[in-house]
Amino acid sequence: MDDRVAAAWQQLPLLLGEHVVLSAAAMGLGLTLSLLFAIAAVRYRYVRWPVLTLASLIQTMPGLALLALFYPLLLALSALSEHLFGIGFSALGFLPSLLALTLYSMLPVIRNGVTGILTLDPAIGEAARGAGMTDWQLLLRIELPLAAPMLMAGVRTAAVWVIGAATLSTPVGQTSLGNYIFAGLQVQNWVSVLFGCVAAAALALIVDQLLALIESGVVRRRPGRIATGVFVLSAGITAAAVPRFDVAANYVVGAKSFTEQYILSALIADRIGSEGGAATRRTGLGSAIAFTALTAGDIDIYVEYSGTLWANVMRRTDNPPRAQLLAELRDWLARERDVGLVGALGFENAYALAMRRNRAAGLGISSIDDLAAHARSLTLGADFEFFARPEWPALRHSYALDFAGRREFQSTFMYDAVVTGEVDVITAFSTDGRIAANDLVVLADPRRAFLPYDAIVLVSADRADDPLLRRAVAPLLDAIPVETMREANYLVDRGVNPLPPVSAARWLSENLTPRSGP
Amino acid sequence: MSTNPPGSNRRRTIELRAVSRAYGPVRVVQNLDLLVHAGEFVAIVGESGSGKTTTLKTINRLLEPDSGEVLIDGVPTHAHPAHVLRRRIGYVFQRIGLFPHLTVAENIGITPKLLGWSRAHIAARVTELLELINLPESFADRRPAELSGGQRQRVGVARALAARPLIMLMDEPFGALDPVTREALGSEYRRLHERMRLTTLMVTHDVLEAVLLADRVVVMRSGSIVADGPPRDLMNSHPDETVRALMDMPRRQALRVAALLEETERG
Repeated sequence: MDDRVAAAWQQLPLLLGEHVVLSAAAMGLGLTLSLLFAIAAVRYRYVRWPVLTLASLIQTMPGLALLALFYPLLLALSALSEHLFGIGFSALGFLPSLLALTLYSMLPVIRNGVTGILTLDPAIGEAARGAGMTDWQLLLRIELPLAAPMLMAGVRTAAVWVIGAATLSTPVGQTSLGNYIFAGLQVQNWVSVLFGCVAAAALALIVDQLLALIESGVVRRRPGRIATGVFVLSAGITAAAVPRFDVAANYVVGAKSFTEQYILSALIADRIGSEGGAATRRTGLGSAIAFTALTAGDIDIYVEYSGTLWANVMRRTDNPPRAQLLAELRDWLARERDVGLVGALGFENAYALAMRRNRAAGLGISSIDDLAAHARSLTLGADFEFFARPEWPALRHSYALDFAGRREFQSTFMYDAVVTGEVDVITAFSTDGRIAANDLVVLADPRRAFLPYDAIVLVSADRADDPLLRRAVAPLLDAIPVETMREANYLVDRGVNPLPPVSAARWLSENLTPRSGP
Repeated sequence: MSTNPPGSNRRRTIELRAVSRAYGPVRVVQNLDLLVHAGEFVAIVGESGSGKTTTLKTINRLLEPDSGEVLIDGVPTHAHPAHVLRRRIGYVFQRIGLFPHLTVAENIGITPKLLGWSRAHIAARVTELLELINLPESFADRRPAELSGGQRQRVGVARALAARPLIMLMDEPFGALDPVTREALGSEYRRLHERMRLTTLMVTHDVLEAVLLADRVVVMRSGSIVADGPPRDLMNSHPDETVRALMDMPRRQALRVAALLEETERG
């Protein structure tokens, strides 16, 4: 069996279990709420339109956006609850995913429920009232049983949607089958992406068939079918939920959603393991979410880049030298956010502009100054973040850059785009293995428009003085030169025979080069 | 109330006092007074839109009057919640409204079940009613979809009678049935009415049916009563033209049939 398939199989119990528990919880909550809303919409005409419209509106929102929006919302709620009752809660992972998926599950159930009841023969309702039923008796004995087949069809649709959309919960820190897809997309492991898709589709199919069995039991009044379907579903959910209780991880290592972060989080988790601790990884976090998660204590440790915090969190617009920036950042983090900056890893992963070597040579470009003269006829490709970052106006301003066009890409596709000539210049990261792999050149930045981006290890307030964590991280500090990091990244990103991030982490740990002296 | 034997001496009068009801600007029932005595069989006839059904539905509060009041045995119907009232009044209507997911027995036993009768008591009552409406006991476990139109309305009547009501409200109960079934069910019901000493108020657009079944016929037009009396009185040259036209029809039909029969005998 292919190594990548074997690696994927190994993760399946954990990812599938989390996926099932999340989907089941969202369906359970969604179904309860949907039924209440459907009943209200049937009974009160003035509720009907707002409820159905709102449910439709939610459905039009991209699933990822819905998930992303719940994070800041919950964060604010958690802060409020902390303030009022002294009890905060984790705004990351399960909760935002649960709420977003719950909302996502509601439209088909509400719509089918309302339609199912409202399209019943009015004579049946008249007879029921005439026989002396109250509104509730009419609902429970007549309307719901008769609308049940339609309602079940809605439940099936909702279940398939939720299981599919649950893959999107990975970026907000919830483990799911989406981990295969997001990690695979990042490191170009298409086997992993496909594995995730197939697993999610298979799960959706199985659940749909079980619900179909229940549905046919409801329609044909065969209690045996209903019981079988319910039994198998609950057995599956129980099996998925049980192992969660004996995962006793002491440390949670976070990672953003790119190769280097996957490798470094694996390296740190490995180090914690060899010091005798237990660690789990929360990978694929959105860039801004990672830092917020650390301050909230949802993750204990992760690798950040100095310039990112400087510009995005501290909102500084000046550009001091590398060492000075790092010192100021360390003070600020400790003072303002109660976050410990343990140290730097030794390399910078800075923003840079890169071009294909022969294209740059053909135009005589070696620095951004040279680029400025040709920019009007060139297209710039960037990752999703770049144009929203302060570097972009700084860059444009310092060099008077004016491109013919600009486009945004997921970073994997951004490299493909520059190789195929779809764009001429891309934003790259200085440690990216794909720079060498694709024969790109990094353009010099004589006017220092880009900030320094030292890789730094951050720990949460609770773990600031944790001796085990300190011991685990110590050998990594100032021990990873940029060339080493680039090579490790390339092991994962290369097109031929790529390694999984865990193997690259192992390679990296064998190739640490601690600088001598303090 | 479940233990009331048929023929007990309870009163069961219906009285409407100045009842009015409008749908938007359309006044469907206007200031209507009607007294139905205990044990009477009263039929309301009139053209479509004359307010017959609306009048009937104000009695079991399927519709609420805009003004005026309805009294049962002298007590305003608003003295109790609507569902309590309805459990004491049988209601049969043209579209029957059997519950498709329940068996015939469950359909018949619905009101007793709501009243909390014991399972055994309900089962006995269902058996009794199936016999009363001339359906074999094997029908108990069938579903409404397996029945003919006539059988369905027999079940509808049984369901209305199940909790031993003393008042029956019927809204064109046999209107959708074929003439033979319709006649049979009508006369069977008339016998039940007498045997159980019911008070029956029936809405029908079939004047012949009204004349043959009812003790008293009420003619409505534009939301008001224009004639009220025993069929015999109304058939004999009533001063109101509409009433005359309406009541003449069964007589003319009867004469024609009689003539036809005479011819056949002579031939």
